[in-house]
Amino acid sequence: MNTPRTERREDIVAAPSRFPLREIILFGALLAVIVTIYMMMGTAYSTRMLVEASCYAILALGLTIQWGYAGQFNAGVMGFVALGGFSAMLFSVPVNDAFWGTELPGELGRVLLYGVAAALLVYGASKLDRIGVPKKLRSVIAIVLAVVLYMVVISMLRSVTGEIQSRAGFIGGFGLPAWTGWIVGGALAGAVGYFIGHICLGLRSDYLAIATLGIAEIIKAFLKNSDWLTRGTATVSPLPWPTPGPSELGFTLARALYLSVTAAMIAVIFFLLHRAYHAPWGRMIRAIRDNEVSASAMGKDINRRRLEIFVLGCILMGIGGGALASFNSLFDPNGYLPLNHTFLVLVMVILGGPGNNLGTIFGAVAVYIIWLMSEPLALFLMQGAVYIGEGWFGWQPPGNLDSRALQARVFVIGLLITLVLRFAPNGLLPEKVKHHG
Amino acid sequence: MPLLEARDVHGGYGGMNILNGVNMSVEADEIGVIVGPNGAGKSTMLKAIFGLLTVSQGEILLRGEPIHNLPPNKLVQRGMGFIPQEKNVFPSLSVKENLEMGAFLKPGNVKRMLKQVYDFFPPLYDKRHQPAGELSGGQRQMVAMGRALMAEPEMLLLDEPTAGLSPLYMNEIFERVKQINAAGVGILMVEQNAKQALAIADKGFVLAAGKNRFTDTGAALLADPEVAKSFLGG
Amino acid sequence: MNELVFFINNVIIAGSVTGSIYAIGAIGVTLVFSIMRFAHFAHADMMTFGAFMVLLLTLAFPGVGGVVGLPTPVVMLPLAMILTAALAVGIDKVFYKPLRAHGVKPIVIVIGSLGVTLMLQGLIRLFAGTSAQNMYLAGERKEIYRLDVPFELATRPIVVTEPQIILFILTIACVVGLHLFLNRTRLGKAMRAMSDNPDLARASGINTNYIVSVTWVIAGSLAAIAGTLLSLDVTFKPDLSFFLLLPIFAAAIVGGVGHPYGAIAGGFVVGFAETLAVFNWSVMLRPIQHLFPEWIEIPRNLAFVGTEYKIVVPFFILVAILVWRPTGIFKGKVI
Repeated sequence: MNTPRTERREDIVAAPSRFPLREIILFGALLAVIVTIYMMMGTAYSTRMLVEASCYAILALGLTIQWGYAGQFNAGVMGFVALGGFSAMLFSVPVNDAFWGTELPGELGRVLLYGVAAALLVYGASKLDRIGVPKKLRSVIAIVLAVVLYMVVISMLRSVTGEIQSRAGFIGGFGLPAWTGWIVGGALAGAVGYFIGHICLGLRSDYLAIATLGIAEIIKAFLKNSDWLTRGTATVSPLPWPTPGPSELGFTLARALYLSVTAAMIAVIFFLLHRAYHAPWGRMIRAIRDNEVSASAMGKDINRRRLEIFVLGCILMGIGGGALASFNSLFDPNGYLPLNHTFLVLVMVILGGPGNNLGTIFGAVAVYIIWLMSEPLALFLMQGAVYIGEGWFGWQPPGNLDSRALQARVFVIGLLITLVLRFAPNGLLPEKVKHHG
Repeated sequence: MPLLEARDVHGGYGGMNILNGVNMSVEADEIGVIVGPNGAGKSTMLKAIFGLLTVSQGEILLRGEPIHNLPPNKLVQRGMGFIPQEKNVFPSLSVKENLEMGAFLKPGNVKRMLKQVYDFFPPLYDKRHQPAGELSGGQRQMVAMGRALMAEPEMLLLDEPTAGLSPLYMNEIFERVKQINAAGVGILMVEQNAKQALAIADKGFVLAAGKNRFTDTGAALLADPEVAKSFLGG
Repeated sequence: MNELVFFINNVIIAGSVTGSIYAIGAIGVTLVFSIMRFAHFAHADMMTFGAFMVLLLTLAFPGVGGVVGLPTPVVMLPLAMILTAALAVGIDKVFYKPLRAHGVKPIVIVIGSLGVTLMLQGLIRLFAGTSAQNMYLAGERKEIYRLDVPFELATRPIVVTEPQIILFILTIACVVGLHLFLNRTRLGKAMRAMSDNPDLARASGINTNYIVSVTWVIAGSLAAIAGTLLSLDVTFKPDLSFFLLLPIFAAAIVGGVGHPYGAIAGGFVVGFAETLAVFNWSVMLRPIQHLFPEWIEIPRNLAFVGTEYKIVVPFFILVAILVWRPTGIFKGKVI
């Protein structure tokens, strides 16, 4: 228990004047790897890899402020990423005249209005005790009313959405630039984050992990099954880019342009986070993380600060998710997997250095490259194992080798998480804890 | 050979030393009392003896054998009992179950010792099926003492047994401590109510800043004007 | 009357089945929480692991069941329980204990348990593939009992399957066994003592490392039971854990974390809530259609949520309990 404390103490002394040797070595090595990949795999592939890595870096920055700055563990990054992707799809996909040209939008709006009215009615019923209705009776009225109205509205919604699905496919998009979708995606993710955070942040941190894990699955289930909204498993493609697409500029140039957009986003986020981290607000956040009791004794509104940081992290995840979906030019609810979109991001953050933005970006790019390269490697190792197994032991390999090779990666990610937590809990580039007075 | 002896004990939490050379010795038929101002390291010393924090220098001997840095369960086996100041019962366990836990390492003791403890603290018998968390502070202290006695210790460490108790209960607890000692159990306790504690003490240790300031018999310390002035509130 | 039978089959029996499985799972989660103070996310995967062990053992010794007169997987269950318990103890030794010894915050161990989740999932899928597999192998088949209802209007029977009956028996056995263990045995009392006050438990001479191991043995064995019986009732799926994690945690929290009886109650609350939420109430309303005014037409599908949104139910319960009573219906230990 004592050792990490004293290590931190050394950091405090060393931090202000330390030459950033470790950063230079790590980023130099990363650059060398990227150059090698460019030479071996070609520019188009490598640039695609970098764009994806940069989108992941935005997600990782979102998680690093939650986990690194504030010690909040979000186990449902995937859900916020999916919301961002959904929003990017909804805003950027062309308008669907088969839907907007009919009476269906009006029908849908009517049902939604009924929903609002029903909610108001139930809310009103829950206040009946103000006008003298006994409390027990009020509760019964409110619950019965809620159940009946819910059933009515949900039945109407089912019939309208069914109608939309059969006649128009899905409601289509708004035909707006992709970046509007990213911003709204961030806002949506932030709103969901506010809802979850509001409930869980005053409680033990385990509850936040459970709740975020749950909301992520619910968001995915909703996006997957709302065919009228997202086409569900049929997927929506292509999604327009905010920059000129490959058809106009060719793959490499178009992707490079996209990369410059995401890189600029990272630069802005990095700058703002850096400012916030060193501002009184950031100091307060860290004070709460390191010693909650004394921070609250100083009169800090802990839960409010916590909520701010959690929502901020979720917003970044939404924006990153939007950028990722637009780049892939595909919205596939089934493609959102806890492994890729939650745990990979977690590994990026804890390996890079929770709470250290530079470390997080390094972690994101490095881990994404390893992740991408590990797929052929896993397959190769698997085939090697089969070769040995067949040759030496007469083992009959199962047919679906490719999917099994992927499962080996699941194992490796899990092992990586536990090993890093145990042997390098502060990551490769640890947060520099400074001493303030 | 003293039952418990501490020689030049240094130790503390997280590299910060709280104890800077404490010496103590208690015989089997003695009551030792540690007093001193807040932050002097009184409770820390008890925890150091009971293996709850690391002793970095010096030694602690039980019957001449070194025991420092042994885990608590080993110490219980060797005949040491410890009653912490706060959280000294298992609140959701019944009184009887609390007592049984005291004899966890000596399951053979349970039947015989339960009877003895109930005889010693009659109120506990009436409440034996009640969760210990529902008892009053004084009764909890009885449960805590009873739990420690269940293992038939030779040496009992008590951390502020009378903290927060009404004067009535306070006297009762001191009385019980004397009886336990009379039955042949060495006692070492930390007390805030210094005057009353020193009155029953065979040996008193006045600690300040993690060191012995005065070490003498209880009566001598009470009579010492300097001790009275600086540590017993005039 | 057929509607009533329909209700019994689809709500009472189905809810009891789900509830039993959640309850057995939630007991493990809550025990681990009360002793080690962290939410063990890999618990649902230990269930899958237990079921997978049964599957492997059944493949290895297919004929055993016929000799005893029970389905082979059930005969193999005790062996799988031992293996899963050993796995749980091993995982703790290798992954959680070093973190605890390092004095990290509980949430770091939670993340560690997510890492273990991934490792278990990866391993199970690596060896079992990703498709669903029937646990009844080697020519055995699931016995289905149809109980005729002694009323004239009821033409349909109440349907119970063999694994469901075994599940009910084992659930009762687990609950009674756990109750006796926690209240009558020295070790069980020491476990409760440690969950109450770990420092005092240590000061009483209780070997806390040993208690931790015992906790894992119990949690692992229970996980194997729940996973196996769920797989027997439906099929074995490597991603079984995926559907179990949230309901089990919801059950543990509803019951009050660290409270074994609460976990049982919570398991049934969540199980029945899920079943009632996806139940099509339209069937129950149809016989009383004539009581409604004519302009009301009962839709064919009148469930609260579709089966595809089943996961919303435990989440909703979780959120509701966290908002209104974070300590759970029985007062839990920690919030």
